[in-house]
Amino acid sequence: MEENVALKPRGRFGLRYWTDREDLLGPLFLFPAVIYIIALVGIPFLIALAYSVTDVTAGNTSLDFVGLRNFQAILKTPQFLTSLGNTIMFTVISQIIIIILANILALILSTDFRGKWFARFLIMLPWATPIALGTIGWLWLLDSKFSPIDWVFRYLHLLGEPGALLGAQKNLFYLGRLELAKASIILIYVWRMLPLSAVILMAGLTSIPQDLLDQADVDGAGFWRTLFQIKLPLIIPIMSIALLFSLIFTVGDMAVVYVLTRGGPVYYTQILPTWAFYKGIESGALAEGAATALFLFPVLLAVAILVLRFSRRTEVT
Amino acid sequence: MKNLKRWLKRSLLYGAVGLFCFFSASPFVWMLITMFKEDKDLYRSANNPFLFNEPPTLEHLDLLLNGTNFPVFLRNSMFIGVMVVLITLVISIPAAYSLARLVGRWGERAGIGIFLVYLVPPTLLFIPLARVVVSLGLHNSLWSMVLVYPTITIPFSTWLLMGFFKSIPKDLEEAARVDGYSRLKSFIKVIMPLSFSGVVAVTAFTFTLTLHEFVYALAFVTSSAQRTISVGVPTELVRGDVFYWQSLMAAAAIVAIPVGIVYNIFLDRLVAGFTMGAVKG
Repeated sequence: MEENVALKPRGRFGLRYWTDREDLLGPLFLFPAVIYIIALVGIPFLIALAYSVTDVTAGNTSLDFVGLRNFQAILKTPQFLTSLGNTIMFTVISQIIIIILANILALILSTDFRGKWFARFLIMLPWATPIALGTIGWLWLLDSKFSPIDWVFRYLHLLGEPGALLGAQKNLFYLGRLELAKASIILIYVWRMLPLSAVILMAGLTSIPQDLLDQADVDGAGFWRTLFQIKLPLIIPIMSIALLFSLIFTVGDMAVVYVLTRGGPVYYTQILPTWAFYKGIESGALAEGAATALFLFPVLLAVAILVLRFSRRTEVT
Repeated sequence: MKNLKRWLKRSLLYGAVGLFCFFSASPFVWMLITMFKEDKDLYRSANNPFLFNEPPTLEHLDLLLNGTNFPVFLRNSMFIGVMVVLITLVISIPAAYSLARLVGRWGERAGIGIFLVYLVPPTLLFIPLARVVVSLGLHNSLWSMVLVYPTITIPFSTWLLMGFFKSIPKDLEEAARVDGYSRLKSFIKVIMPLSFSGVVAVTAFTFTLTLHEFVYALAFVTSSAQRTISVGVPTELVRGDVFYWQSLMAAAAIVAIPVGIVYNIFLDRLVAGFTMGAVKG
């Protein structure tokens, strides 16, 4: 910075001096963002922690400390345990399917073919659409009476007649039968997150140096060998980024369950966010709602550790 | 023989592309077919659902635009989107520049810290934030969402812009300062114009993220006139247990398809932003 001192004829305390000081400008530029995040993410998070150990409700907002009683209480309710189990199950199964399909889709989209722009547009649509509206589309697609999927099955004589493969009833009732309802929810998560994961993986594939692939070609490595020994190992870091985002968006969503099944049949497809919403907002049991939502935190923490370790590794290289 | 193999490979590729496109697009195709159907066509389970057994009609689109709160939701979403974009840009442009160029070594750490905030899902914070909104007197007000949505958009925008600022050669700034510009002035006059495309990308994402948001909008607002597209359409356009399917599908399609096109234009930028952590640390 020495040479800049020579450029400043107006003295130490002028405007000129102030606008040139990195040690002032840096924090000053960062300040609004930090304040915003502390005020509206940091403090609310602390409030959530505080709520979870008190007996606060929407009607009586005085905070009386009750220790871990809320956690003990919710751990005894079957609705909470079902929600917890569903959250874990929906998330794990959908992430496994997403990462497998996304690898395939990324490989496909990184080749050249006719009409690629349009194909990419169609494939990206689920991610670009507000999820609540996408789910409305599925709600109608899976309608108990007018589902076009059922119509196709009936047309192919797989449904709706005696001895048919899928049963003699006229409809499959996707959202009324527990297993099918769960499968539908997972399907929508996959549908929504697949595009994003695939494009992130695509970015990973395109960043593989062409020399390396040429060399492999010269050395006589075939498609599968190149795939498993060069491409996949090299995109593992980026695969963890793709997984991270699809995980965060899956855990951070309640629109799919809220719009598609409303937690039903009965409460068997509730997930933690929808159950916390029902408790904390609709019934005003703030403490229980906050305690329920906090069970998402371990997932979050695991993800954060993953990112931190990851970023440290790239710092070294 | 070689030709046959090539041909097989090609058809396998197109087959796979077709399957993925079908999976992704089928709800939208179904929306587009449904929205123009007559009631007596739609609600007969014997009819082929993919064909127009009765002539198409615009009656349900008309109902949506003139007989429901849909235009209000659209206006609310636009208003929130514009306000959130402005707040996000004003806060995250300087923050990103600061992290990229000004605060030096611990900027990297702070950058990761900001990124981690992005990972806190709305589903964790909506209960305390709903109380905060009530105590600020913003319950049932569009301003509650204007206030809270930047917590979702600022971290990602900062992260994305940081990458842009880092990619601009330092020489340019130094040259500007040799010419007598101050640090602040060189940022405004030299760096900002060069990052225009980044700012456009951030604007597009911020706007679409606010359109997507569901949890906060559901928790903060209970009156119909203040709802957004995302919450208003699935909760308000269903009257009791009566679903106005054609109008619902029209509402979804009207929003989904334009946003889809915008998203596709900026897709590569988005991917660059998402993967920056992996590529550049």
